[in-house]
Amino acid sequence: MRYAMVIDTLKCVGCSDCVVACQTENDVPIGYCRDWITETVSGTYPNLDLELKSERCNHCDNAPCVRCCPTGASHIVDGGIVLVTPEECIGCGACIESCPYDARYQHPDGYVDKCTFCHHRLEKGQLPACVSVCPTKCMYFGDLDNPNSEVSQLLKNRKYKTLAPEAGTDPHVFYLT
Amino acid sequence: MQEELFTSGRHIPHIDPSLEIWHWPISLYLFLGGLSAGLLFFAALFYILGKDKEYPTAVKIASIVPPIALSLGLLALVYDLTHKLYTWQLYMTFRIESPMSWGAWVLLIVTPLSFLWTFSYYREIYPRLEQKLQVFKKFKFLTNVEKFVQENRIYMAYVLIPLTLVLGIYTGILLSAFNARPLWNNAILGPLFLVSGLSTGAAAIILLSKNKKEKHMFGKIDLVLIIIELALIVHMIMGYYAGSQVQLEAMQLLVGGEFTLIFFGFVVILGLIIPAILELIELIGYKVPSMVPALLVLLGGLIFRFVMVEAGQLTRFLY
Repeated sequence: MRYAMVIDTLKCVGCSDCVVACQTENDVPIGYCRDWITETVSGTYPNLDLELKSERCNHCDNAPCVRCCPTGASHIVDGGIVLVTPEECIGCGACIESCPYDARYQHPDGYVDKCTFCHHRLEKGQLPACVSVCPTKCMYFGDLDNPNSEVSQLLKNRKYKTLAPEAGTDPHVFYLT
Repeated sequence: MQEELFTSGRHIPHIDPSLEIWHWPISLYLFLGGLSAGLLFFAALFYILGKDKEYPTAVKIASIVPPIALSLGLLALVYDLTHKLYTWQLYMTFRIESPMSWGAWVLLIVTPLSFLWTFSYYREIYPRLEQKLQVFKKFKFLTNVEKFVQENRIYMAYVLIPLTLVLGIYTGILLSAFNARPLWNNAILGPLFLVSGLSTGAAAIILLSKNKKEKHMFGKIDLVLIIIELALIVHMIMGYYAGSQVQLEAMQLLVGGEFTLIFFGFVVILGLIIPAILELIELIGYKVPSMVPALLVLLGGLIFRFVMVEAGQLTRFLY
């Protein structure tokens, strides 16, 4: 079992529904977010290219946040999901410094918080909140170890990229281009 | 051209627009930790060499500084935690991959040792303290403890040498282990912080010493350390030059950017080159007030930590 998220940048319209769904589902404090939308414009006028992406924790295989955590609060659970145990977190900020995606933040209550791939929903057999609300259905979620899963098939048949692969973290959120 | 922006209006406190997770307490701690490591290293080294009579400041008098500095440093560290009540979780596990875990455990051993070391000398340095303080009369066992540590000083010294080296290096590795901050992600940072810590330790001994021979000796030691430190800084910058795009961008903060004046002006020139020249002049035989280079080295070391912690958090991979 290896969970992964695949996001089709050609279908994303940047509506921020995923952001709001996450904030509501996970009770994210006001002013914070576990996922966000970026708009990248590249090229020179008149040949411009626009790309919209919904970004979040990449649940890396080689997760620097887990490596540098002094208490083991940051850990990897079955399915490759990186989680934080608030009762073990001392709020030292090392994991925040270590994340090339800046996907973590200090919760106002002191511990470090971030995307969990909606682990509590997965346990009930539901999809992550962001995936389930996407109006253009540009987000896919599933098991990468299963060659017949939707995510495996998409990565087999489409061109894709990951964010900052040069950071060597082996991220597991993929962007179809 | 490439322009990237958050359309969902991400503006998380302390993360956007640039990281501000580690504040002044961390920089201060890195300085105090390095200074204590340097002082304890020299104390243990000169004790093992049997030179405690010749270099009393290094072995005895200056030993009052590390317990105070480490206590302040630890307070600063805890002050910068955001989930303070759970600090004890640090000591529920040892994580070999986490430099911070190494640091936490090393500090747990070095801090009490630093107290014991200076305690074992209190009678020699402050002969009247015993009469003044009631503690020693009330708690007779303290005299036994004193006798015990005095007898076992040599073992403490042997333990302190490797531990202080780990402490000194770890202050640098703490930063360099973060691949995500290209300015920090530089293998030379560990040795650089260690040498800088030893150099500030030597400077503190010069500052506290009243013994001409001792001042002279630590002037020599400090000069060698400064030269090594300068060479390591050259290596560090060469490493950035030969690095990837993100490292080149990170280097621009130090070379031709926001931090150039403070880094080259205050750290390299005022904190290293000028004290080195002054110490050299003194070694040749001219009279230089030894306080000046020592204070400059200490100040340079402090500013160096501030520059590295602040500038490093401005560097990132994305956005």
